[in-house]
Amino acid sequence: MSYQPSELRLQREAARRRASRRSTLIAILSTVVIGTVLTIAVTGAPGFKAVRQSFFSWHYATTAFPHVLSGLWLNLRVMVIASLLSFILGLLIAVARTSHSPVLYPLRILATTYTDIFRGLPLLLVLYLVGFGIPGLGFTWLTNSAVILGTVSLILTYSAYMGEVIRAGIEAVNPAQRMAARALGLTPTQTQRHVVLPQALRKVTPALLNDLISLQKDSGLISVLGAIDAIRAAQIDASQSFNFTPYVVAGALFVSLTIPLTRFTDWLSNKQDRARVQQGQW
Amino acid sequence: MNRKKLGTAVTLAALLGSISFGISATSASAATLPTLTPGVLTIGTDDPAYTPWFDNNNPSDGKGFESAVAYAVAKQLGFPASKVKWVHASFNSVIQPGKKAFDFDINEVSITPDRAKAVDFSTGYYDVAQALITTTKSKIAKAKTIADLANAKLGASVGSTSYSTITDVIKPKTKPSVFDTNDLATAALKNGQIDGLVLDLPTAFYVAGAELSNGLIVGQFAPKAGSDQFGLVLTKGSALTKSVSAAVNALRANGTLKALATKWLASVGGAPVLK
Repeated sequence: MSYQPSELRLQREAARRRASRRSTLIAILSTVVIGTVLTIAVTGAPGFKAVRQSFFSWHYATTAFPHVLSGLWLNLRVMVIASLLSFILGLLIAVARTSHSPVLYPLRILATTYTDIFRGLPLLLVLYLVGFGIPGLGFTWLTNSAVILGTVSLILTYSAYMGEVIRAGIEAVNPAQRMAARALGLTPTQTQRHVVLPQALRKVTPALLNDLISLQKDSGLISVLGAIDAIRAAQIDASQSFNFTPYVVAGALFVSLTIPLTRFTDWLSNKQDRARVQQGQW
Repeated sequence: MNRKKLGTAVTLAALLGSISFGISATSASAATLPTLTPGVLTIGTDDPAYTPWFDNNNPSDGKGFESAVAYAVAKQLGFPASKVKWVHASFNSVIQPGKKAFDFDINEVSITPDRAKAVDFSTGYYDVAQALITTTKSKIAKAKTIADLANAKLGASVGSTSYSTITDVIKPKTKPSVFDTNDLATAALKNGQIDGLVLDLPTAFYVAGAELSNGLIVGQFAPKAGSDQFGLVLTKGSALTKSVSAAVNALRANGTLKALATKWLASVGGAPVLK
């Protein structure tokens, strides 16, 4: 005999369907009402025409687009190089900070001081110090390129951030792992390389990607040293025409870069959560 | 009297007021002008306000060319110096849409047709030329023509027509550097990060003479047709634009603008014109 749901169960399911239909209806209705109210409120504002003209002008958007795009190319290159080098430097700092050997004590102190300083200093200040201070020293063999010095400043700041994130990852690896690896005969270096770091980095990947997104936006700050990035290109156009549309263009381009990265971060952390649930770690 | 009649009377009075204001626009008196705060003229400028346009970053002392012009315009409109209030207005707050926090802004803003779509300008109060400065150590220190600048890395500050002078007139092979302020651009010139810096001529004289120990003016650029003029900035469609323009015109006609320029920007002669 096939399964026959009870009368009570059928009633319960019908009630659930009714409730679900009702809440969908209410959701649609409230979205429409709020949407209409917002549209009327914004488009009906006395200054709407002026705001639309100065922020969403098609004419200025098309003239600014190529300039902003060529600026964005600089942002991208700076971001890729700065994120790679920040990661490597951050990894070294994290390993130094979590080391226990007494011989490495000076290195530990150095890494801690570095992190304290560059995590605390506002990026803009680092940019001024490095970008205008170093060339001011007058070494002829040293570059005075705004792009290179700006990238160095980004690396100084972001390696401190990433170092802290990676350190948290290393500390989150269960000490038993390290002991087990040592008991199996792995040297401390091998333990670090094959047991601790792989687990640590996997734990903090979403956090590191978050730093990457933030770095992507902050790459624009090097424009204070004279380099023309996407935002600066937009600013130049905006100041020529007194129209803010170029900023909106730059914003849209930045968002279109960030969204894939954000979705990837989400996907990755979801995957990890699922894996953890399956392993029964929760 | 009932409410409706009162309303009509008020409207009528306002209408009469605006008509009489329209007629007396040229000889406006402070009381009838629709300023932000009645009886007070609110003038905006950026902070810091640069020499020689202002003095000691203090717009309210009447020293420096633009401060002096602002007070002369105020006087022409019927506001004594005590009725002038200065407010800080950043570049972005000057170009934003909508009502501004000042009656007019004076901050070396060049009049262009594109900009005039977003804000109102008074007639020009100063004809400005762009100039190139450098240091004696620089490779362009001896440049005589625009062609000599082809390989130079030049800088300008953002929001200035100096930048378009580089891109439209000099057209060097290297991409120019653009800075937030003249101070940062000057620092880059001192460090040798840029070979030369384009500024408006009076600022160029000030920076080359007072801020750089080894500064020199390479030359100025012949103004384009319909030359570059500084104008006062007002809210788009401001009721004051006509009166302010009339005041500037009167000051030009009676020689005040020229006298003030001679007084505050005296040293501006004598820079060779680069071709």
